[in-house]
Amino acid sequence: MLVMQIAQTVLAVAVAPLLTGMVRKVKARLQYRTGPSVFQPYRDLSRLFTKETVVAHNASWLFCAAPTFVFAATWVAAAQVPTISFDVALSPAAELIALFGILTSARFALALAGLDIGTSFGGIGSSREVMIASIAEPAILMLIFVLALVAGSTRLTDIAFFVASPSVGLRISLLLAFVGLAMIAIAESGRIPVDNPATHLELTMVHEAMVLEYSGRHLALIELAAALKLLFYVSLISAVFVPWGIAPSGGTFVQYIIAMTLYLFKLAVAAATLAFFEISIAKMRVFRVPHFIGAALMLVLLAALLRLVSQSF
Amino acid sequence: MIPLVPDIAHFLAGLLVLLSFVQLYQSRLPPLISIFAAQSLALATFVAWQAQIQHAPHLVITAGITLIFKVMIIPLALHGLIRSLKIHRTVETVVGIGPAMMTGMALVGLSMALMMRTSAAVDVVVREDIAFALSVVLLGLLMMVTRRNAVSQAIGFMSLENGLVLAGTGAKGMPLVVEISVAFSVLIAFIVVGIFIFRIRERFDTVDIAVLDRFRGERP
Amino acid sequence: MNMLLSPAADMLLIPIAAAALLAAIPFYRLSAWINVLASLATFVAALALLVWPTVPTGHLIQVDDLNIVFLLLNALIGFTASLFGKSYLAHELETGRLLPAHLRFYHAVYQILMCMMNLALLTSVAGLMWVAIEIATLATVLMVGIYRTHEALEAAWKYFILGSVGIALALFGTILVYLAAQASVGAGLAAMSWSTLTSHAAHFDPAMLNIAFVFLLLGYGTKAGLVPLHAWLPDAHAEGPTPVSAILSGLLLNLAIYAILRFKIVLTASHATIAAGPMMMTLGLVSVLVAALMLYRRRDIKRFFAYSSIEHIGIIAFAFGLGGPLANFAGLLHMTMHSLTKSGIFFTVGHIVSIKHTQKIAHIGGLTISHPRLGWLFVACIAAIAGLPPFGVFTSEFLVVSSAFMQNPLLAAVLVIGLLISLGALFLRLNDIAFGEPKGSLTPNKMSYFPELVHLALVLAAGIFIPSQLASWFQHAAKLLG
Repeated sequence: MLVMQIAQTVLAVAVAPLLTGMVRKVKARLQYRTGPSVFQPYRDLSRLFTKETVVAHNASWLFCAAPTFVFAATWVAAAQVPTISFDVALSPAAELIALFGILTSARFALALAGLDIGTSFGGIGSSREVMIASIAEPAILMLIFVLALVAGSTRLTDIAFFVASPSVGLRISLLLAFVGLAMIAIAESGRIPVDNPATHLELTMVHEAMVLEYSGRHLALIELAAALKLLFYVSLISAVFVPWGIAPSGGTFVQYIIAMTLYLFKLAVAAATLAFFEISIAKMRVFRVPHFIGAALMLVLLAALLRLVSQSF
Repeated sequence: MIPLVPDIAHFLAGLLVLLSFVQLYQSRLPPLISIFAAQSLALATFVAWQAQIQHAPHLVITAGITLIFKVMIIPLALHGLIRSLKIHRTVETVVGIGPAMMTGMALVGLSMALMMRTSAAVDVVVREDIAFALSVVLLGLLMMVTRRNAVSQAIGFMSLENGLVLAGTGAKGMPLVVEISVAFSVLIAFIVVGIFIFRIRERFDTVDIAVLDRFRGERP
Repeated sequence: MNMLLSPAADMLLIPIAAAALLAAIPFYRLSAWINVLASLATFVAALALLVWPTVPTGHLIQVDDLNIVFLLLNALIGFTASLFGKSYLAHELETGRLLPAHLRFYHAVYQILMCMMNLALLTSVAGLMWVAIEIATLATVLMVGIYRTHEALEAAWKYFILGSVGIALALFGTILVYLAAQASVGAGLAAMSWSTLTSHAAHFDPAMLNIAFVFLLLGYGTKAGLVPLHAWLPDAHAEGPTPVSAILSGLLLNLAIYAILRFKIVLTASHATIAAGPMMMTLGLVSVLVAALMLYRRRDIKRFFAYSSIEHIGIIAFAFGLGGPLANFAGLLHMTMHSLTKSGIFFTVGHIVSIKHTQKIAHIGGLTISHPRLGWLFVACIAAIAGLPPFGVFTSEFLVVSSAFMQNPLLAAVLVIGLLISLGALFLRLNDIAFGEPKGSLTPNKMSYFPELVHLALVLAAGIFIPSQLASWFQHAAKLLG
């Protein structure tokens, strides 16, 4: 259904800053601060869009093109995840492999842009980003493998539909995959303990180091893309592991409203959980990050192993 | 929801293995103790569930012992212990999380491979629970081998013991389970009291007896 | 009332009642006597078991040809060790190494240990045997650490941790055996009793039994001190009180072997399983060779004999692994002979150490000159453990080697090499300790030589003449082992 696809696409870009705002708000409250309003990211974005965009003298076309590309790619990926309806126009294209491929190309573009100007921070950021990616991607591929083994398909709507069906039961491989995906999501969307989006500390920053040279409109697009990436992972986890409430094909208006409310509720829960996790854990040193993602890889590998051994896992 | 009945047991058993891995990953003591408590909680739930589905009310005693002893008393005692020994901030130089996790994976694979070769005469679900139990046992052993701190070794031993209780209660109608779990609780109490009384911070090298020989003046 | 008259039940009830009594009595002289009397009563009960092997109703305990050998040995050495312990601990009290409170604790734990070892041997249920061995381990840990010195605590802790891991693995093996049995026997206590296990073993899943036996061998093998699982053994022997060293070497190692044997019987009854023998033979041979080589580098007299125990446990495991009527007979005989000789040696070493106030071999010398009786007794002990005729160890080692030559000459050659290496080490140390210039303190020994003389006399008698009844009895037990 084209209408639902458009609705999902718009919804993604509309609630992405809200999710970021909610995480910040909950985190602030947990630290006994009042914190900015949950709508602050919208204000930040609109302010950035109106500001002058400064570009370095030696920047190539790549530097200017990257933000747009990164934003577009992330948006496409985020819009494909079934959030309120299983039956959307692009659902046949919502292959997990394709989605992660799109995200990876966005990452590639951003890493190139970080190197483009030739400042040392951009280089550090890009190299760290690529290091993380080189371990995270095997983990992601293994995760896709596990989900495909469980659900018999790599298409996201099929997987979500399968998990929502009552026959699936409690599966230990799904539990392992869930923990693995959560760890990958934390690493990939640049949250504590892997990266801290709130600081610009040269010792530890990854994503912020890459985008240090950006300003104005470019920076707004990149920030929005980062918010969309977080939204993508949260939606992915909720679609794969808690798909209940998503309207079936040919759903009624009421079902869509319920799906929509539930989706927002899931986002709020995810934001609260993420915020709680972030305040209770310390930022890792960069060279410990491979251990973290390595552990995720192991868990997902274990899930695959168990699933291959016996159908009942 | 009939199909869910064995699933829940299965799921809890798998959760124990997962928590064993988390223990292997965790290099700081306070979270390690909390993870152990969580694992014991999962075990208590598993045993209580087994009591339900096997219609074996005596298993409730084992569940109760696990809950009171290993979820509450032991973790609290250990938290107090590491604070009084002033080792609550130590980060262990673990052998290397990567190799340890890899070895752990191999051990899980091994236990699966071993158990799957046994005949189908035993119930499939029970067999897989035993495979999980074996994994927990082997991961506990691995933890005892890779850690240098007496407290984390003790936790390794206790998580090994969790695996044994898992196996014992997963096996249908096993006699003497309660007696065995009581005997084991005594053993564990001894370990914790031993660490506390003798202020053992580092493990005594259990593998390399050459070091001890030198210490004893056996080497000139 | 009926239950009290059964000697099998008495072997459990006397020690446990004595333990309760000893825990309540604060007078150490009295409690030492009670300890000896209780051990004597247990020994008498064990002898009575030979005449009336009746078992009280219920299926938790059983008496058969196999465990009665172990039970008798257990009760005898338990008695002599308590006798030796009485004079030894009185001496330790004089020198101030132990306090009266320690002795009270020691005596109570000693009886608990006796009770648990008897229970492990008597019970017909695999799970109960496990519980008994676990408590016996805890009791010995407490006794090893009784001196409270840094080394003693360390030895106790090491023994405790390794023993616990061993015990945990053994429990897993036991659970697996239960699972294998449960499929054909049905749930409940029957699936854990030795008789049901053996009679139904042919229907068990062989793969499950195989895995179970590996765990059991590793688990109880740790308790038996087989190389490479022996790390705890020398320390525990060296740092604990000498009566405890005698008990450890003479009885506790046997107990672990007994546990392995029980499961080996089950495994042999099922034809599809892997042979348990080669695994035991490998561990046994490795133990013999490693321990024999290690003997040369020991400088502590108790650690020296601890390694000698590892060597002999290796021989025993090898003999039982070899299987067949002759090898099993030889294994049983060697186990008996070793228990008697080695505990006798530890008694003698206890005298030496309490005279010289040191365990360092370098500080002990010329015993035959300074203390002729003790010195020549020590020489006789070494000759016995080295396997020289006319002592019983010679007979049993000869039988082990000759049965090995019949079945596998190559392995027999390896075994002989190991025996010869250890022989060299024994005589080297014998020369240092018994002959040459007297070294160290020259105070005369006030303790009685009675316990070790009893042991030596028995070993000597067995070396010269084995009564046909005894031989047929051992043959029955050997037949049970398959």
